[in-house]
Amino acid sequence: MTDFRNANGGRIDRTQPLRFEFDGRKYRGFAGDTLASALLANGVHLVGRSFKYHRPRGILSAGAEEPNALVTVIRDAGRLTPNLRATQVELYEGLIAESQNRWPSLKRDFGRINDALSAFFPAGFYYKTFMWPKMAWKALYEPAIRRAAGLGRAPMQPDPDRYAHSYAHCDVLIVGSGPAGLTAARKAAGLGARIILCEESSEFGGSLLTDMATIEGQPPRAWVQQAVAELAQNRRAILLSRTTAFGYFPHNLIGLNQRLTDHLANPPLGRSRERLWQVRAHCVVLAAGAIERPLIFPGNDRPGIMLAGAAHTYLNRYGVRVGSRAVIVTCGDHSYQAALELHAAGVRIAAIADLRPEAQGALPESARRAGIDVLQGSTVIGTDGDLRVAGITLGAVRDGGVQAARRIPCDAVLMSGGYTPSVHLFSQSRGKLEWNEELSVFLPGQSAENTQSAGACNGVYDLEAVLADAAAAGAAAAGAAASGAAPAGRAAAGASRAHRNAAAAYLGALPQAAVAGSDKSFVDWQHDVTTKDLELATREGFRSIEHVKRYTTTGMATDQGKTSNLNAMAIVAKHLGVPIPQVGLTTFRMPYTPVSFGSFAGASRADLFDPVRTTPMHAWAEAKGAVFENVGLWKRARYFPRDGEDMNAAVARECLAVRGGCGIFDASTLGKIEVVGPDAAEFMNRLYINSWSNLGVGRSRYGILLREDGFIYDDGVVARTAADRFHVTTTTGGAPRVLALMEDYRQTEWPELKVWLTSTTEQWAVIAVQGPNSRRVIQSLIDGIDISAAAFPHMSVGRGRICGVPMLLFRVSFTGESGFEINVAADYGLAVWEAVYAAGSAHGIGAYGTESMHVLRAEKGYIIVGQDTDGTVTPDDAGLSWATGKNKLDFVGKRSLQRPSMLAADRKQLVGLRTKDPRTVLEEGAQVALHPGQKPPMELVGHVTSSYASSVLGHSIALALVAGGRARLGQTLYVPMPHGEIPVEVTSPIFYDPQGTRLNA
Amino acid sequence: MLLIPCPYCGERPEIEFTHGGQAHLVRPAQPADLDDQAWAEFLYMRTNTKGIHAERWRHAHGCGQFFNALRDTTTDHFLAVYKIGTPRPAT
Repeated sequence: MTDFRNANGGRIDRTQPLRFEFDGRKYRGFAGDTLASALLANGVHLVGRSFKYHRPRGILSAGAEEPNALVTVIRDAGRLTPNLRATQVELYEGLIAESQNRWPSLKRDFGRINDALSAFFPAGFYYKTFMWPKMAWKALYEPAIRRAAGLGRAPMQPDPDRYAHSYAHCDVLIVGSGPAGLTAARKAAGLGARIILCEESSEFGGSLLTDMATIEGQPPRAWVQQAVAELAQNRRAILLSRTTAFGYFPHNLIGLNQRLTDHLANPPLGRSRERLWQVRAHCVVLAAGAIERPLIFPGNDRPGIMLAGAAHTYLNRYGVRVGSRAVIVTCGDHSYQAALELHAAGVRIAAIADLRPEAQGALPESARRAGIDVLQGSTVIGTDGDLRVAGITLGAVRDGGVQAARRIPCDAVLMSGGYTPSVHLFSQSRGKLEWNEELSVFLPGQSAENTQSAGACNGVYDLEAVLADAAAAGAAAAGAAASGAAPAGRAAAGASRAHRNAAAAYLGALPQAAVAGSDKSFVDWQHDVTTKDLELATREGFRSIEHVKRYTTTGMATDQGKTSNLNAMAIVAKHLGVPIPQVGLTTFRMPYTPVSFGSFAGASRADLFDPVRTTPMHAWAEAKGAVFENVGLWKRARYFPRDGEDMNAAVARECLAVRGGCGIFDASTLGKIEVVGPDAAEFMNRLYINSWSNLGVGRSRYGILLREDGFIYDDGVVARTAADRFHVTTTTGGAPRVLALMEDYRQTEWPELKVWLTSTTEQWAVIAVQGPNSRRVIQSLIDGIDISAAAFPHMSVGRGRICGVPMLLFRVSFTGESGFEINVAADYGLAVWEAVYAAGSAHGIGAYGTESMHVLRAEKGYIIVGQDTDGTVTPDDAGLSWATGKNKLDFVGKRSLQRPSMLAADRKQLVGLRTKDPRTVLEEGAQVALHPGQKPPMELVGHVTSSYASSVLGHSIALALVAGGRARLGQTLYVPMPHGEIPVEVTSPIFYDPQGTRLNA
Repeated sequence: MLLIPCPYCGERPEIEFTHGGQAHLVRPAQPADLDDQAWAEFLYMRTNTKGIHAERWRHAHGCGQFFNALRDTTTDHFLAVYKIGTPRPAT
């Protein structure tokens, strides 16, 4: 194999050879290489197949903008990272990488047939073709297309690595460490600012790692070394390499992704793989540089065709020649320096095809003097070669026409259409971009944040001018941070932007003869979008660039069109006959380059994904083999299976135990809010629909809270424990929002009320003891309260002691049985629970879970807010208007209840449903139809909200919201299901003990 | 993520706050006196300002206090924060 590595030069360490594998073949590289540079050093250009046409593709660039060279890097089954840009993958000993989107191999890929059939795959092809039959999309077309037009595959194993998150503040964050970034950083740090400097590459220096021109009288590498050394000594400076600023969020929050171990052959165990930084900077200096634009000509995608600047970088940073015989196609002087250095390094420059009618001046002259053939007024007619470019056919532009084709054999074509400033982050920050006619690019205009752009990303290319621009930006940023103000506006670069040679730019497709060849001219390499696709889109009537983008998918690949967007705009503008700025820009979106899910997730996975809330009695339930369910963040015991019972069997047994003897239930998750103060009763009157003034101390009441729009928001038992004190309970999930609503009214509407609110949910353990034997069970444990039926009737509340500890005891029931809820300090919860359970063993006590609780309450027609209500249910709809305080002039939501639609007779009302077959349990959420045998669209009158098998009743029960439901008692309705409709009878929602004799026993 | 200047605690990240909707809506003292149209206006109609918008925030995971803020909806810049019950500052 030919070796394309120079004997000297570059930033690689020739004393550290590294072995690596690509597609199963073994190669050698050096420390300091990227996968791309190491492959090129081995003469490998073919690294991938294109997205749609499966055309062979090579390495186009040397950086983040790479659209072609996407590879999967494999460490092990769980550490398999797809879609990495080979130009950014650092080589390590033993690295294994594979190409993507080819089968069976990169060199012989069956998908290649798509290229031959491309006439059948124009823009919008998917939208036009796979419309019929409807079912086939999901089953057939989509899976097939996804396989054929794939990126790499995601690993199937869980990610074994750790990812860290860091938060930081600084005065000035500098993005990019080229001449502009380093200068701004030195300036700002020199003025005393706390700075963070981030660089996406492994090494600081940016373009200075490629360019050889002296800077401030020093060789560029020495200048970089000195600048970095100076900053490294500054304790107020943080320098981050391998760190990409991927997102610019409001108020100068910048997301940085730092890759910590991906470059190591053996990452130390336990070391985080990546770190996500969230940096809040007073001022941001963007020194992100510029990206070279490719040229658009037929066959511009063959392996071996790359950006001229990339070839320059491979030569000077990695000591790699990208070929032995190259043709350079350029629009300006800036590529001549690369040509001369490549020539000096032994790359034969077969020709420089200059697009300009005349190439004069110092650099073209030097090229000519070096014996390089400079062809003025050139264009490219086409290229040839199968898996690598073998020749380029040039034309000459004369008098507006294209003539005199000439083929030049070569193994590399190095092209340049000028530079596109990297305004991605500036645009993300909602800064306005302005079209600069002179440079033919968009440049940062009015900033929306505290931000400064400097250097090439600001349209300033000449080195001396870059240094001045960056020093001014660094000083402005540091000054702004010191004064706490926005940075003083620097003079808009405009005319002062020194750009000289680099101003040369070429946008759009190169001129072609009237009868052009058939090969494709690619605009977007990664998504295989050609000039023809863009033309077709405009011909089919698309005018907005945003629509053209979505129709053709140009710029929508993972590279987000870094190399393609401006060319695409120019082509669309040309077809529409409007100036480029009128076509406009598409939105730059974060992330700048893809960021791993692991980085975003950080430690938030598995057990740490969400906080878990458990009650004081959790361990007891766990020991009893309870099956838990998630209710919000709470873990609640759902049922307690015995001897291999399934849920239905366990629930049937638990329910019968409660109805027949006694059940014990952990109700600690109920929300609890203490409402205290001289105006507590007035406050409760204004909020809840009920009347509270007449509630005596030691009594409780079922309270209903509405929103101002009249719909049920929450419910719960409210006890008056003192004249100025209410113990408010809420639903398990509703506690935070109820407290927030209370605080809202307290702080903003009624600040004159003397009332204080405290969440006490976690201070109390709540043990519900329910059933005909409940009094007997707890009697012996209690001191200080007479709990006889006469002395402590339903809805009583009292303070006393249980097992010697203070207790707030409620005589309440969510089961319809006579029962109690014992409230003790959370720390005593488990001990009291165990004592009650032990005392209950003589009375047939059984623990029951939330599933049985649901069945027991549904048998009584008690609603669950959020299950039987859905934010459109009024108290009357739910059959709860009896709870309304009759003499109250106002409460939250009262006025809304008087609106005409709230009084309509056909509102959905809560009713019971009984299936004709007692064993049939309806599906919750099932629709209810008025008439049998309807075909869709049916006339539907309601839906099932709760449905269970009732063991005590021996038949199924259901609650439903049915239009005008209370007037339909006794009617037969129909629940349509996939396997036929189920006839149901409308009943009262109270199925068990409608007189409430058991409740009051 | 916005940086919100709580008048009680100073600048804190947005994640500590809940948004409270449009500011300076006052609940009528006697809602029963309003006709359906007027009540619906109070209940449902909100401005959709492009530019400077007075809105309520609550430092829910901090001091718990509601306060008002003037925010430019085009830039998300906060121009002023002020306590509940105080008038909207001139801009």
